[in-house]
Amino acid sequence: MTADAVVIGAGIVGAACADALSTVGLRVAVVESRVIGGGATAAGMGHIVVMDDSEAQFALTHYSQQLWRTLSPEMPAELEWDPSGTLWVAADEEEMQAVAHKHAYYVARGVNVEVLDAAQLADAEPNLRRGLHGALLIPGDSVVYAPCAAAWLLARAQLRRASLLADRVISIGRHSVHLTTGDRIESPNIILASGAWARELLPAIPVRPRKGHLAITARYPGFLRRQLVELGYLKSAHGHDTESVAFNLQPRTTGQLLIGSSRQYDVTHTSIDAPFLARMLRRAIHFMPALEHLRVIRAWTGFRAATPDSLPLIGPAPGREGLWLATGHEGLGITTSLATGRLIADAIAGRTPAIPPEPYLPARFPQ
Amino acid sequence: MIRLRVNGKPVSLPEGSVVAAAIALSGLDATRSSVRGEPRGPLCGMGICFECRATIDGQPHQRTCQIPVRQGMEVSTDAG
Ligand SMILES: Cc1cc2nc3c(=O)[nH]c(=O)nc-3n(C[C@H](O)[C@H](O)[C@H](O)COP(=O)(O)OP(=O)(O)OC[C@H]3O[C@@H](n4cnc5c(N)ncnc54)[C@H](O)[C@@H]3O)c2cc1C
Ligand code: FES
Repeated sequence: MTADAVVIGAGIVGAACADALSTVGLRVAVVESRVIGGGATAAGMGHIVVMDDSEAQFALTHYSQQLWRTLSPEMPAELEWDPSGTLWVAADEEEMQAVAHKHAYYVARGVNVEVLDAAQLADAEPNLRRGLHGALLIPGDSVVYAPCAAAWLLARAQLRRASLLADRVISIGRHSVHLTTGDRIESPNIILASGAWARELLPAIPVRPRKGHLAITARYPGFLRRQLVELGYLKSAHGHDTESVAFNLQPRTTGQLLIGSSRQYDVTHTSIDAPFLARMLRRAIHFMPALEHLRVIRAWTGFRAATPDSLPLIGPAPGREGLWLATGHEGLGITTSLATGRLIADAIAGRTPAIPPEPYLPARFPQ
Repeated sequence: MIRLRVNGKPVSLPEGSVVAAAIALSGLDATRSSVRGEPRGPLCGMGICFECRATIDGQPHQRTCQIPVRQGMEVSTDAG
């Protein structure tokens, strides 16, 4: 068969690419070997969060967040869209200074933010332990249930003639992909959106799997209002330590609480590492002692696709005509999926993108 | 025989039985309800799926397939 564009992988990134590419009039074929949204997309927290580690990261998360917000009125209920906002929690004075810096940074860029002192924080989230110093409130952050979002984006693309193939791509040729059935899809544009599996098809790609654990509780409506993240999370997420945990707690629209987060490099097995999960839960209880009395009903793991500079790979694969990369989104791929789809579609359609695409181009890494 | 109550209704059954059995004997086929109010009950019977949760002596979200019945227990299936 032939297509104007082939997307490999139907996680949130592949689904967003299919949606954006079909919007600019391309006939898209999506190939997914497992379940739609069943990879990192099903494992993640679905926090749509604006971040400020670098200008490039801010630009991408901010743009993408605006795209999510624009879509939100159309979303079906099962996407569990919840504009609950984030509280970045400061445990000491040093972290309170980080709050002040972030506040200035976001204000300068037109993002609505607010500083809470210790008393206001205790008032906002009464289940937090006493003795915390305050927080930065970002009311515009939100949560989405990502696997359903991926299925929905894909369904939108299918209404615009996109086709979905339940098969595995075994190799990428020049302007073609080869499937396990022996079939080939000929296409001038091939988009690799296979997340942490990207190395299987492109061994030289600078993407490393980074494992995470999550746990979810039974329903406790009213226990928590906003997503809470310790400011120390930034050390955990951006340090390149082999192992780290941080307090990251999310209220779901069902009343459940999603408890994160952990990061481990160089681990390939998907099973739960009980001592490590316990360390993550202890970190959460350290911030919110009342969690100790709640019931966790499930825990699972997933793999982020990490790059050396913590920015995704979005754009042409160097030296491979017609091959585009859309992976390496680490812990932000649900947030940044929509912007990724737009950047890829704009580049293929020859349109001017809304943000400069250069920081995300794969060519920044030596081949 | 162990005597206990499920949603206030007296049930008696042999020692060594689990609470899920008491709930079934009381005539109910669900131990709780889902987010959208659908009935939910035991699935795996071995403590893995967490589908069989109910409130036991005021403690919510107990896995009824794993907990032996005790004299005078109060079981409630009202929680989610
Ligand atoms: C614990 C954890 C928490 C997270 N929390 C957040 C969060 O709060 N907010 C946020 O923005 N991000 C979060 N993330 C990151 C986010 O989940 C990922 O960045 C995002 O889901 C990546 O999407 P993807 O489509 O690139 O990858 P995936 O969802 O992994 O999709 C890749 C797809 O490609 C398919 N595939 C692979 N190889 C082939 C092949 N050869 N042929 C056909 N199909 C193939 C796979 O089956 C899979 O479905 C988190 C991640 C983890 C692990
Ligand atoms: S029936 Fe599965 S945990 Fe009780």
